[in-house]
Order: sequence, then structure tokens, then C-alpha cells
Amino acid sequence: MRSTWRNHGAAIYAACALAFLHAPLAILILFSFNASRFTVWEGFSLRWYRVALEDPQLAEGLLNSLVIAGVSGVLSTVIGTLAAYAMWRRGARVLSGMLYLSLVTPEIVTGVSLLALFEGAFRFLQLRLGLHTVIIAHVAFSIAYVTIVISARLRSYDRTLEEAAMDLGASEWGAFARVTLPNLAPGIAAAGLLALVVSFDDYVITSLVAGVDSQTLPMVIYAMARRGVSPVVNAVSAFIVVAFGVVILLSERLQRR
Amino acid sequence: MPPVLELREVSKAFPNHRAVDRVSLALERGGFYSLLGPSGCGKTTTLRMIGGFEEPTGGEILLNGRDVTRLKPWQRDVSTVFQNYALFPHLSALRNIEFGLREHGRPDTTKRALEALELVRLGAKRDSLPAQLSGGEKQRVALARSLVLEPQLLLLDEPLAALDPQLRKQMRAELKAMQRQTGITFLFVTHDQEEALSLSDQVAVMNGGRIEQTGTPEDLYLRPATRFVAGFLGEMNWFGGVGVRPESTRISGSGPGLPGTVESLLFLGNCLHVHVRLADGGHAVAETPRDGQRFAEGEAVWLSWDAAGELRFE
Repeated sequence: MRSTWRNHGAAIYAACALAFLHAPLAILILFSFNASRFTVWEGFSLRWYRVALEDPQLAEGLLNSLVIAGVSGVLSTVIGTLAAYAMWRRGARVLSGMLYLSLVTPEIVTGVSLLALFEGAFRFLQLRLGLHTVIIAHVAFSIAYVTIVISARLRSYDRTLEEAAMDLGASEWGAFARVTLPNLAPGIAAAGLLALVVSFDDYVITSLVAGVDSQTLPMVIYAMARRGVSPVVNAVSAFIVVAFGVVILLSERLQRR
Repeated sequence: MPPVLELREVSKAFPNHRAVDRVSLALERGGFYSLLGPSGCGKTTTLRMIGGFEEPTGGEILLNGRDVTRLKPWQRDVSTVFQNYALFPHLSALRNIEFGLREHGRPDTTKRALEALELVRLGAKRDSLPAQLSGGEKQRVALARSLVLEPQLLLLDEPLAALDPQLRKQMRAELKAMQRQTGITFLFVTHDQEEALSLSDQVAVMNGGRIEQTGTPEDLYLRPATRFVAGFLGEMNWFGGVGVRPESTRISGSGPGLPGTVESLLFLGNCLHVHVRLADGGHAVAETPRDGQRFAEGEAVWLSWDAAGELRFE
């Protein structure tokens, strides 16, 4: 009897914790279908989704965000994978410590330091802030995530597999490309999705290094939200939540393989 | 014709210890050779240097008379069967065997790989992934994967260590048959003296990074060159400075001989081992026939032997 009560207690506690975590999102999604402009339920409507779709600023922001996430995701996955592999081959412990350091550095610090770097570089190069600077910044912070995911994967990878490949006639590159890489593939895919998400998600660093023509979706939403809680923001946010949920689930699946 | 493999004073020094110390060895074509020694004696490091996974800090390695000391693993015509088999987990049994053929750009890879799979009687498992194979099957795929390349020399790093005893005996016989059938020179690394003695044409016994003795199993057992070899291969009683094998040690209920008391009796199936605590505190083993005189624990006994059974070392 007591154990049933204890189970009930645990279930209620878990429900409360989940509600605390997700109630705001649930309300946001609910109100994104509200016909009214205000926070009073008037009836179901797809009106705000239509408005969002027709908003040129939102469209441009989404496009920018997708380009940035795509390019920086691919670049950081390639660089991070190779970095993790090199560290694994050499057993470099100091470097992996430095990776965690870059994860815990406050974003504002990373952003300001990147801005300082770009300003310094622009004195010699005829360049200004724009999509490319955002991409460079995103690659810089995504590499740490990718490298950590791949390193975790490599920790359980059997080193003799590469030796066996070389023994059977593969060069070092062949052993990496035809044995190690296929075995790392699920981890690489998971790391790539993670890089995509952290890039799409970022506001602080992006807002510092973006130019006037490279507003990302989070920046557009932020600007809209500052002008007052608009149902359009709800609609866009609800859409992002669902899209991200799918990507994260996919990444989890891949990591478990 | 030069030996298939020749090691000339090969050494490997790590920062804090010398794993292999001036090892010299020559293997004739088509033989079954073993490197035998306790763990940490340098036998695996020696094998890894021959395979190209470690670079010697001194000496030369010659394959068919050609210096391969500094060549990479993929540049030498040797192949290794690893202790954990190292099968590629993402490839089927057939694809694992094809791997080397493809890397070498040989023709008819699938046909040859299938033949090799048949050779180890695993034709039915061609599409199985390594995770779906038993230990013995993995072992045979690993063997086929190396043999299909027809290397000058096959290196085997304790390939039977991970198998259970029953399977180990069976695989031992299969290995030997496979070696005779293919005519490829095998160099087998093991710490199991029974394995080395039963399989090999020639055995090199290693200890502390050096080769103590090389010879036929019979040589090593009957005419060990050092105390270490005598003690490592089979049991040995030490009476003063003289070594006597249990089967050359006679035991009787009356003198003359070395007095002692029976400590324990071990029934080994075909014979009986009587463990004796000697009066001077030493320990000895005498082998007696199953149907011979019976001794009881605690009984006073005397040990004796013929001069012909004595082994002497400096």
C-alpha cells in the first residue's frame, strides 16, 4: 500500500517537473492557434501562421539562419571530427580540457572576443560584418560540441581495427576512410545535428557579429517580441519548437546506435 | 633461398624499459613456429615489430632477404591474426575477407573470399556481421581474412586465448591443419607451453626481452639450455643444482633416496602426480602410473632418479 503511495507521489512529482519545464511551450503553441491578437482565447485559427509565412523579414531571417546553420554545421562537423580523431590518435589530454573551457565560457565573452578579432582583422582586409562572420563565429563555438561528441564515441572504439586495416593493405588514410569513418558515422551524424541546432539557436554571439544584412531568425523574433507579444512570434516559435524536437530526437537515436 | 623471416639483433627500447633485447631469429619457409614466454617477455612487441606496428630501436628485420625494418604495415607481405580478432564490425564476414583483396587491387575478390570462407567452413555465415558470430567463428573469419592474401608469413597473436578450453583444443588442430594445407609460414605467439609444444616445428622461448633457446619441442623439453626454459616447459624438480622431470622421478615407500612426506595427490586421468614436501623444506612432484603403487597423504616416501634423467645448468 505504502509503495503504491510512494509511486503515486513520484508520478505527481514528475508531472509537476515536466509541467514546469514544458507548460510555457504548451501555452505558446496553444496561443499560436488563437484567432485573437490578445491573450484571450477566441477560437482556433491558422491566421498567424499565414501572417508569419507572408512576412518578408521572417522569411529572410529563416533563410539566413538555415544558410548559417547548414554551412557552419558542415564545416564544424568536418573540423571537429578530424580534431577528435587527431586527439584520439595522439592521446592529447590537455586539448580536451581546453574544449570544455570553450563550452563553459559565457557566450557574451565569446561574442565580444570574436567581434574584437573581426574588427582587428578588418583593419587589414576590406571586409565588414555579414553572413560570413556569423558563419565563422558559429563554426568556432560548434567545433567544441562536435569534438566532444566524437571523442566520446572514439573512447569505446577499438584501436586494433585500424591496425588490422593497415595490416590488410590499407594506408593510414584508407584505414581511416574505410574502417574508422564508417564506424563513427552515427556519432558524426549526431554531432552534425547538434551543431545545426546550436547554430540555429544562438542569439548572443550572433547579434554581436552579424551585419545589417545578416539578421537571423532568432534576431528577427527578438526584435518582434520587443515590440510587444505578437501572435506571429508565437506561431514562428511553435514551428521552431516542433522542428527542433524532431532534430533532437533524431540525434539522440543516432547517438545510441 | 633466404629465410622467410630473419631478425638480426632486433631491439625495442621504451622510455623506461627494454621490451626486446637483441633478438635474432630465422624462419624457414613453410614451418610452424612459436614464440613462447610469460606475459611481458617481449613476444608480442616482437610480433608487432614484424607486422610493422612498432618500429625497432635497433637491428634489422628481413623478409625474404629484403630489409623491411622501416616499412609500414601495408608495405610488407605479412598478415596478423589479432588476439581480439579485430574484425570490422560494420562489414559482413564475406566483406571482412574481401577487404584485403580489395586493398591490394586483386581480381575476383568475391570469388576468392567465398573460397576462403569455405576453407574455414563458414560459407553459410557469409552475410553475418561479426557481432552475430561466436568466438570460434570470429577466429576463423580472422584467419581466412589473412590467409586469403597468401602472405609470406602469418603472425598469430595469442589467437586461442579468448576461446574456452574445449574450443581451444579443436582450433589448435584446425590451425595446424590449415598451416599444412596452405604451406604458409606461421609465427604463433603464446604463453601456453602446451600449445606451443603441440603445434610447432620450432619454438623460440623468450624471457625478459631475450630469446633463451630456439629448437624443436623435443629439444626444448629434453635438452633445455637454461634453467628458465627447463622450468617454463613442463614441470621440473630441483634437487640441489640438478633438474629432474616428474616422469623421471621415482617414488617409493622405503629408502634409499631423498626423504619427504606426501602432501597431495593429483589425478590427471592418464597418470597420477604425487606432490611431496621434502625433508629439507623443498617441494617435488613424482609421476606414477594410474594403476601403480598407491600413496596416502602424509605418508613418508623416498624420491630417487637415474643419472640419465638429470638436467644440469651452469
